[in-house]
Amino acid sequence: MADEIVLLSTWPSMFSMRVRVALAEKGLEYEYREEDLWNKSPLLLKMNPVHKKIPVLIHNGKPICESMIIVEYIDEVWNHKSPLLPTDPYQRAEARFWADYVDKKLYDIGKKIIWSTKGEEQETGKKEFIECLKLLERELGDNPYFGGENFGFVDVSLVTFSCWFHTYESYGNFSIETECPKLIAWTKRCLEKESVSSSLADPHKIHDFASGMRKRFGIE
Amino acid sequence: MAEEEVKLFGTWASPVSRRIEVALKLKGVQYEYIEEDLTNKSPALLNYNPVNKQIPVLVHNGKPVAESLVIIEYIDETWKHNPILPADPYERAMARFWAKYIDEKFWPAAMKIVVAKGEEQKGEIDEIQQQMKNLEGELKEKKFFGGESLGFLDIAANIIIWLVVAQEALGMDQILNEEKLPVLYGWLQRLLDDAVIKECVPPKDRHLDLCKVKFGSSIASK
Repeated sequence: MADEIVLLSTWPSMFSMRVRVALAEKGLEYEYREEDLWNKSPLLLKMNPVHKKIPVLIHNGKPICESMIIVEYIDEVWNHKSPLLPTDPYQRAEARFWADYVDKKLYDIGKKIIWSTKGEEQETGKKEFIECLKLLERELGDNPYFGGENFGFVDVSLVTFSCWFHTYESYGNFSIETECPKLIAWTKRCLEKESVSSSLADPHKIHDFASGMRKRFGIE
Repeated sequence: MAEEEVKLFGTWASPVSRRIEVALKLKGVQYEYIEEDLTNKSPALLNYNPVNKQIPVLVHNGKPVAESLVIIEYIDETWKHNPILPADPYERAMARFWAKYIDEKFWPAAMKIVVAKGEEQKGEIDEIQQQMKNLEGELKEKKFFGGESLGFLDIAANIIIWLVVAQEALGMDQILNEEKLPVLYGWLQRLLDDAVIKECVPPKDRHLDLCKVKFGSSIASK
């Protein structure tokens, strides 16, 4: 019996992209549904009544919400190829810790750079953002991926932010490559993978999207 | 069999620290407990958790694990008897979803209630009752979220006890009352009655005093 997989998503969301990367890593076919967050579909509201957010993965009619929880679910169900989490409990704990760090820090701090109207808040956001990236770069060390020799859970959690880097750099007036060259090398390495390059949005389209949103909110 | 060395850095009044104690006791794991003074963090803590510099930190044979929900999963995967997370991937995803919900939605809403006043407080109460209704929906007819015994979500939901004590300390009417939230109320009584949970809550009097100091600063002192 074939699995029925539906992904409720929006194209600019780095959280949705994480699920797309995971599905691609496992070689899974699925139906992609673009949501309009200003006019949420009845299906989205039914499948995620608690948060009413994307991404939502619907597997044989049952919804799973929260991007890294979805990624872990995909990894556990389709464990026949491309494991995203290692088998060793300590390494798994380290992977979960860093994915959680990316979740808790990067998005909220990054928001200050793009959406803030106050210069001081934007400057603080930029400094904090760079600090976070530097910490992550140190964690990567000399490994090709955060998962070590193989692309893994933490790589999935962070790589989708990379298509937003150009936007952060543009509004924050800084260069991530100057600050974190190893991290940029890592993003390029990840983009060589089909699962990543086919799932990430074009950075210039993201920039146009952000610019449009800023105008809508009267920031630009 | 090699000697297992397990240490837990925590604080007596922290719900996230107490969660780890629950998990270790459910597994029957012997551990050394180190009480931290958060106003004067030990070099050991700062060494074991340089990123967040927070408790709880579990140190197993010299290797540190931080973030309470990450630690609980580590404990469950390392000591495999008496499983804390369910076996089925979908149920595991649900348990993780609701545990994250408790930490990221419920708890901040709970903190707002205890510091809010008047009309603002009423709004916050409405918000949190909705949150708790969502949780009730997850519990349904079960004894615990984990079924017959404590599971991942029950351990994460220990934090609800902290809201109850804070409300008692401030002389507030309990939001989690039998009339408004009968299902969750029933679960809470069973939780409070559980032998392991009883060992892993702060001493009531000390906890009440702490809440009065922490949240009651707007109330005129005697």
